[in-house]
Amino acid sequence: MLTLMYFARLREALGVSTEQLDLPPEVQDVSGLLLLLRSRGGAWEAELAEKRAFRVAVNQDMADSATVIRDGDEIAIFPPVTGG
Amino acid sequence: MTIRVQQEDFDLGAELLVLREGNPRIGAIASFLGLVRDINEGDAVAGMSLEHYPGMTEKALERIVEQAKTRWNIFDALVIHRVGDLKPTDQIVLVAVTGEHRGEAFAACEFIMDYLKTEAPFWKREQTPSGARWVDARESDEQAVERWR
Repeated sequence: MLTLMYFARLREALGVSTEQLDLPPEVQDVSGLLLLLRSRGGAWEAELAEKRAFRVAVNQDMADSATVIRDGDEIAIFPPVTGG
Repeated sequence: MTIRVQQEDFDLGAELLVLREGNPRIGAIASFLGLVRDINEGDAVAGMSLEHYPGMTEKALERIVEQAKTRWNIFDALVIHRVGDLKPTDQIVLVAVTGEHRGEAFAACEFIMDYLKTEAPFWKREQTPSGARWVDARESDEQAVERWR
């Protein structure tokens, strides 16, 4: 089971703040997860398109497309940060 | 190291006093205080709300301060970042660094602030006359952090 979290503008655009997902066997890293999420179509496909600027964190560490995903991981997807 | 993410305001003087307390070796404190402005990208800003990613925010800030400590000879650092609803002139962020001399304290303070701007998971949503909008990340913040790489 994965815990997925969405923040800020992405949370609003996708209409969900958190969800649980059974780890599908074909998802081994961040790029695999993004492919799966994009396949939901609509806002998912548009907001998570490769040309869009967003960040992914795995277990609260900034990740990239090759970061490995394991069962039980907490994965967050969010826009570029704007604090300070 | 002290990292605090909070809704409440803070007292700059009191915070600096605590940071320097009991260490007569400190010769310099460099601090940065960020404030909410009433204008952004040409539009009036009536207020803003700040969202963050609890858990990761603290972890990211701790890592940034750790990096600063390895890079410069500093004693300690304090980071306070507010979340929730804020209005123009409100204090939003404080970074303060103690060291023996100003050079390292200044550099470490700027380093922490530059990384905070690009890596700590905070997001601003501001209220303007045409409605609320999420603030976009700035290219200039990315360039600022590149200087340290």
